[in-house]
Formats: sequence, structure tokens, C-alpha cells
Amino acid sequence: MREQPQRGRNRKLQSQVQFSYYPGCSVEGMNKAYDKATRVVCKALDINLTELTDWNCCGATSYMAINEQRAHLLSARNLALAEKEKKDLVVVCPACLTTLTKTHRYMGEDPKLRRAVNAALGATGMQYQGGARVRHLLEVIVNEVGEGKVKARIKKPLTNLTVAPYYGCQLTRPFGEIDDKEFPTMLDKLLSWLGAKPVNFPLKTKCCGGMLMMTNEDVALGLTRNLLESAKQNGAECIATLCPLCHINLEAYQGNVNKLFGTDFNVPILYFTQLLGLAFGFSRKSLGVDDELTSSKRLLKKTWWLYESCQKR
Amino acid sequence: MVVRELPEKIGVYVCHCGTNIARTVDCKAVAEYALRLPNVVVARDYQYTCSDPGQEMIRKDIGELGLTRVVVASCSPLMHEPTFRRAVAGAGLNPFLFQMANIREQCSWITEDKELATERAKAIVGAAVMRVTFHEPLEVKKVPVNPDVLIVGGGITGIEAALQIADSGKKVYLVEKEPSIGGYMARFDKTFPTLDCAACILTPKMVSVGQHPNIELLTYSDVTDFSGYVGNFTARIRKRPRYIDEEKCTGCGQCEQKCPLSVPSEFDCGLGKRKAIYRPFPQAVPGTPVIDREHCLYFTKGVCKVCVKFCPKGAIDFEQKEKFVEVPVGSAILATGFDVFDGARIKEYGYGRLPNVITSLEFERLTHASGPTGGNVVLKNGKTPESVAIIHCVGSRDHNYNEYCSRVCCMYSLKTAHLVREKTAGKVYEFYIDMRAFGKGYEEFYKRLLEEDVTFIRGRVAEVTDVSESTSEKGKLVVVAEDTLLGIVRRVPVDMVILSVGLEPRRDALDVAHTFSISRSKDGFFLEKHPKLAPVSTAVDGVFVAGACQGPKDIPDSVAQGAAAAANVLSLIDRKAVELEPAIAVINEASCSGCKICVELCPYHAITYDGERKLAAVNEALCKGCGVCVAACPSSAIEQQNFTNRQLVAEIEAICT
Repeated sequence: MREQPQRGRNRKLQSQVQFSYYPGCSVEGMNKAYDKATRVVCKALDINLTELTDWNCCGATSYMAINEQRAHLLSARNLALAEKEKKDLVVVCPACLTTLTKTHRYMGEDPKLRRAVNAALGATGMQYQGGARVRHLLEVIVNEVGEGKVKARIKKPLTNLTVAPYYGCQLTRPFGEIDDKEFPTMLDKLLSWLGAKPVNFPLKTKCCGGMLMMTNEDVALGLTRNLLESAKQNGAECIATLCPLCHINLEAYQGNVNKLFGTDFNVPILYFTQLLGLAFGFSRKSLGVDDELTSSKRLLKKTWWLYESCQKR
Repeated sequence: MVVRELPEKIGVYVCHCGTNIARTVDCKAVAEYALRLPNVVVARDYQYTCSDPGQEMIRKDIGELGLTRVVVASCSPLMHEPTFRRAVAGAGLNPFLFQMANIREQCSWITEDKELATERAKAIVGAAVMRVTFHEPLEVKKVPVNPDVLIVGGGITGIEAALQIADSGKKVYLVEKEPSIGGYMARFDKTFPTLDCAACILTPKMVSVGQHPNIELLTYSDVTDFSGYVGNFTARIRKRPRYIDEEKCTGCGQCEQKCPLSVPSEFDCGLGKRKAIYRPFPQAVPGTPVIDREHCLYFTKGVCKVCVKFCPKGAIDFEQKEKFVEVPVGSAILATGFDVFDGARIKEYGYGRLPNVITSLEFERLTHASGPTGGNVVLKNGKTPESVAIIHCVGSRDHNYNEYCSRVCCMYSLKTAHLVREKTAGKVYEFYIDMRAFGKGYEEFYKRLLEEDVTFIRGRVAEVTDVSESTSEKGKLVVVAEDTLLGIVRRVPVDMVILSVGLEPRRDALDVAHTFSISRSKDGFFLEKHPKLAPVSTAVDGVFVAGACQGPKDIPDSVAQGAAAAANVLSLIDRKAVELEPAIAVINEASCSGCKICVELCPYHAITYDGERKLAAVNEALCKGCGVCVAACPSSAIEQQNFTNRQLVAEIEAICT
């Protein structure tokens, strides 16, 4: 049985949580829907996101490998901006999370790096003193907002929707600050609050192919196929993602996987914020669900038809 | 500089320690320097001051020159302070009118610079000379030793210690938490490297313990409080109710047979079943069962009482209550053992998620003749595995979990491989980091296994997965590891994976350490007094540790330590009385305001508060001379003998000027 929200009392308790929001480059471009759904859902959960003014590239992936110190500098500029705001910095992209956390930690541990980065930041009158706290939205919703508040918002539970919770490689690794490094369960938990059934997904932290899709597509497609196959085998009707890159590889390249391996995957890929928004009763359009390439229309219809027929009974 | 205008006559002896000190310190120059210090009447350098002629030299000087104070500049006081105190006392001087200056560990060993080392040695000697001027003669007190012994833990270590002590005619209280003694060894099938049956060598010893007239066995019990001092402790022991009258019960086993309720057996790692009234295993000592209150139908639903009906002796007693007994003992041996590492903590190995990933302890029960499968090594579906992977170092040698090597896993993994080969004829893969076969006959056992067609793959396992990537992997568990000898990643499909889990301190080790006021090392195991020279002693005189509670150990080492602890205890008992170190806290009653700050702070519970006189009082036998109360006392009413303010200030001033 779902808890009925106690209106009056709840209102009083509801205090808005203030956060700085770092969208990152991908959700401004290819993954717009992620950003769209995130803003809608956060508003509904009283998570007040204020976009970090004048944010820049987080320094992710390639730059770290080419010039580590300069990559840290890019990352540190964002941290310095966030530090001034005196609010936790929320990100949705695990690559941003890892890079920003890495710079935060390394600058704390290595005085030489700290001096070099701060000397460069100093040219524009900035400094990073180590006061920022970078958090992923999933962790904020699970730990800060919590079960009660999430459940109280549900209007259309995702009853019996079987979902493969896909975390990707970077949410918990390498630091493992928020969940088990190799076998996290945070997204599983959130999905079950929504009434969905998270399936056993042994590849939940395995590689999606990442950037390899650009340089060695066949290898990357093999990795993506493994994910789709395992999700299907374990009975998932769709895959929930929290990483823009994973999402693109799984969704936009599903056709290429089918072409290369002669498979017929037709698995809807949804951001976890989209699933939240759907459960909260927001329209598909407002969550960017219709922007996707593999349609989830029929799947969602079936889910709600089941739910409604259960209610009637 | 404070110089007491007293006609003290100080002798200073600068030791070469062979070349240990003389290599970096100019000992002659230090002796010449010492001779110019106030009150020093003689200063000599000597090659080995701790030798008989060296000690004789000091005794002769005391006699002939009438020395009133002696300083020896040599090694750490931990090494030879007792030696020189004895030498000084031998010449009729109070042994506390002696001071040791450490110019080896704190000087010659830490630098190559001869000039600086010599200067530093002079400063250290100067400080000792100034300090010794203010030393006072102290008396050593003696207290009698209670010959009764407490042993905590009834595994093989505790059993060995108990039998050694009891056989010498001394009384032993053996406390065991579980319903039976035997510990982990009772759960093992065979032991490495000889492959002799664990039960065959253990059970006779268990029976001896159970029947020994000098051993009082307290099973299903634990020590809740331990107070007192060496030779005179009091242990408070809690006896949990068995709900069976031990006097009446004959251990016939009728009740166990008739009990209608089966629950997973802890002894069998949950693989087999036991009844709600049970003995963990048939050879349990004592043979009296216990009733598991959590499951028993009488306790949960108020019905059943089948055991009452069938017990021929009327021994069932549902009204039994928890009991406390207090026993006075003179010494204690802790042999509380270990816990095995929880394999589920390493998520990528799939323990608890993938049904045919088991721990080595579970394997012991599978392969044990009286285990849940009657000794058959089978998968969860009852079939015999065709291939088995054994993963070494699970939770050990891993900075994410335990950094130390658990010492037993390499060898028991070999034994596991042998037993799998023997019972299934299946293929066996051992994934190891390094093979550590250090004990007697161990390397030979390793060689034997190499010839038994076991495949050894050198590489730490990355993951165990049921996601197949090829047809040969379908329906199998795939072990993924980098083979560091071939430099390739290998995917080995197998039917069963055995995790060679490491050893950890017991979950309640911290509580036990608190109860007995002993320390633990960084890894959480109990800390011995000295890793080489006092391996079973602890910082608390009269409390000893033995076996795996001190660190991972195999059976031979555990037994050796059990016997060693027994020898230590017997030596203590035969001394009949113990001397108490006089470097203890003394309260100046005139200055004590009775604020009780020291009472709270004392880690040895040595200070009590006399409510009538409104004063704190130090128990001389309990005080260890740590100095916490001295530093904390707001009215400077406490002074530590042999570490008085005057002595310390003189020492510091000598170094600073």
C-alpha cells in the first residue's frame, strides 16, 4: 500500500533543499531530455537547483590523459565557483562527478598541485580552498530526499515495469564514496520505490563502449550488445540510465548493434529522471520521453493499463 | 642548571656495544665529558658493559669508590635495565639509584654522522647524570599469586593450554562462548600438510578436557568483567541458560531426535539443519544440548514440549535463568580465535548472489564425512562439479580489506584442491598471487599438488560472473583474471568457485580487549608485549594471548602458542609471589582536593575515591605507572615515583642548556 501524503503536516516539514547545478556539456546538446526531466523532477521534489553561473568544461576523459594539470585547472575553476555559492554542487553526468571529485581530492592531498592550480586560477582572481561538495543527483534523491518524500509524489506508479538498472563505469568508481564500487544498489532501490521491478543485472557497472564508439565502433558495439543481451535475458523491458554517454551508446547505436550482430533489440532506454517524472505523473513531452529513438510508448501504456486495472479490481 | 649540593658520587659507564655504538659514537670522548659533570667521580668506556666482567667493573667501583649513583649509557632500558639494576643491587646499592642512558636506539643507530652522534650521546648522558642525582631509593613490593587460571576460548589453542596447566595439577576455568568446545578445528575435514583427519586428533583432546578433574568447563558462557592485578584477578562469568539441567542430562540425544523443528545449522554454515534443541555436532563436549530460544516452539508459541515428554531424566528446565559466577584467578590466557572474512563484502566475486560460489569454510562442511552432504562435494543442484576454481587471498593482502597475509589460506587451498580432485576427479584451478608454503612439510605438499594435475594460475581474480561470452561459458561461472605469467586476461569457465577467505579479528575483539585492558594492533588482533621476545605476553602482567586472536595462525602455531602461554602461566604460579614495579603514582594527600579527575582517567582502574576522607587513593598493585593522572591532576597532588617532577626537570634542563 502506498502512503497517502498528509497534506497539511507535510507542507510544514517541506523545506526546500538548495543546490548549485552543474549540467555539463552533454545535457546541453545530445542529452537535452536528461536535463529537461531533471529540472522537472527536482522541482517536484523541492530540490531547488540554481545553475552555476559561468561554468565551463569539467575537464573530463581525454584532457586528463593529455595534460593532467590543465585538466585539473578546468575542473578546479568550476569547484572555485561552486565554493563561493556555499551550496552542494549537483551533477547528473558521472564523468563530471568523477572529474570534479578527482580534482577536489587530489588538490586536497597534493600541496604541489594545489599551489600550481591556485596560481593559475589566481590570474583571474579565483582560488579553490577545498570547500565544495560534489554530488550526483541520484545520491541526493536517495539519501537526502528519501523514500517517504519520493513515494508521496507518485501519481502513476510504474507497477511491474521490469527495469535493468544501469550505473555505468563512473558513478561509483574509482572512489566508491556513495555506494559499493562494483555492485551498487542505489538505483535499484529508487526504482523499487516507484513500483518498478529492478531486475538482476550483473553487468550494471560494465563498460558501454564509451568513447570507443568513435574510434573502434565494432569493439564498442560488442560491449553494448552484451549489455542489451544481459538486460533482455534477465527479463528487463527497458534500461534505466544515469550517464549521458551510456544513454547515447545504448540508444542511438542499438540499430548498429542489430545490423552488426544480426540481432533484433528494441529496448527502450530511459533516464532515471524520466522514470521518476513518469511516476510523478508528468507528461511524456515535458520529460522529453518522446525524443527518444527506441519508443517506450507501448511499454508504458502496458504498465499503466496493468496498474489501472489492478486499482479497479 | 640545578645542582644539588649533596656529596653524591656518580659512576658513568659508556658502553661500546661491540661496534653498535662505537661505530658512530666516540665513547672515550663521551666518558671524558661525563667525568667533568657535577658529582661524577668515575667515568669509563667499556666494550660490553652487560657482560659479566662489565657488571663486575660496576660492582667493584661501587665497593671501592663508594658510588651512590650509577649511570650506564648503552642500549634501550627495555633491553638491559633489569640486568644493570641487578648488578647495582648486587653491590648493595638500591637498584633505583641507577639510570640508563639510551645511546644506541636513540643515537648511534639513527645517524652516520660521528661528530653529531657523539655530541648527542654527551647530551643524553649529561641528562641521565642530572636526573640520577635526584633519584630516591625505592622498595619493591611483593604480592602472592593465586594458582588458579582462567582460559577464554575453547578452540585448539585454549584446549592445549588448559590441558598443559591442568596436567601440572593447577585448577583451570575454561570459558567457551559456544555450546561446545572445539572451535574451528572441529569443523574441518582434514588438516594440511599431512591430511590427517581433524576430528581424529581433536576429539580425544576435547574428551580429556571434559573429563579432567582440574578443569572446570564453562560453555555457553562469556567473561563480562575482569578486574584485579597480576596474581590476584577476579573474573565475572555469565552462564547463558541452556534450559537443560546439566547435572541430570546424560546426553542420550532423545530430545534432539524427537524435536519437530529444524533450522539451519550455524556449525554447518547454514548448509545443513539442526533441531531447536541441539548439540552443534555429535562429538560435542559437553554432550548436553542447548535449547535455541529464538526458534523453540515452546518459547515462541508456548506449545510442543516434546523434549520434556521424551527426556528420560526430566532434565529439561524452561525456567532456567542466566547466571553469573565470580572466580578468583591469578592469571588469564585469551585464546579467543578469529572470524573468517565475509566473502559477500567483495561484490565482484558474487558470493551470496551466485549460488555456486562458496567459502572455504563451507567447503570444509561439504567435504566433511559427517557434514550435510555426507562428505560429497556437490553443487547446489546436487550434481558433482566438473571443474572448480579456488580463489586465494579473498580479503587478504588487499588494501580495500585487510592488508596482511592470512598465512593459512595458501596451504588450506592446496588441501582443498586435493580433496576436490579426490572426491570429484574434476578439473581444479588455483588462482593465486604468490604461493606461501613456509612451514615444515608445506613446500613438499605444494610440490605434491603440482604433480596432482591441479592448474595453478598466477593472478588476482577480477570477477566471477555468470554472464557468458561464448558457448563454452554457457551455464557456467566464469572466473576472469589476468594471468601475470602469460600476460593475458583469462576467462575460465567452472561449475564451482571456492573463496579462500582470510582470517580476521573476532567481531567482539574490541570488547574483549576492553574487558581485559589489553591493546590491539592496527589490524585489530590482540597486541603481544614483544613480537619476538614476548609473543604470548601482553602489556597487562598476568594476562596472556595465544593462537589466532593475536594474528592469523595455523594449527601447529596455535598449539605451540597455547603451550607457550601455559608455560608462562606455570612459571608465574611457581614464583608464588610477584614483584610490583615501584614506578607508580603516589598521591600527596595534603594537596589532593578530591576532584576525582584522575579516577575517571585511569585506564587501569587503579585509582579509587575515598568518600569519607574526600581523597583519591592509588592501588599500588593495579597502577602501571603510565602517568596520565600525574599530568591531569589540577593541583599537582600526584607524583610518579622514579619519574618525579624534579627528576624530569633536571633531565630536560641538562639537555636544553
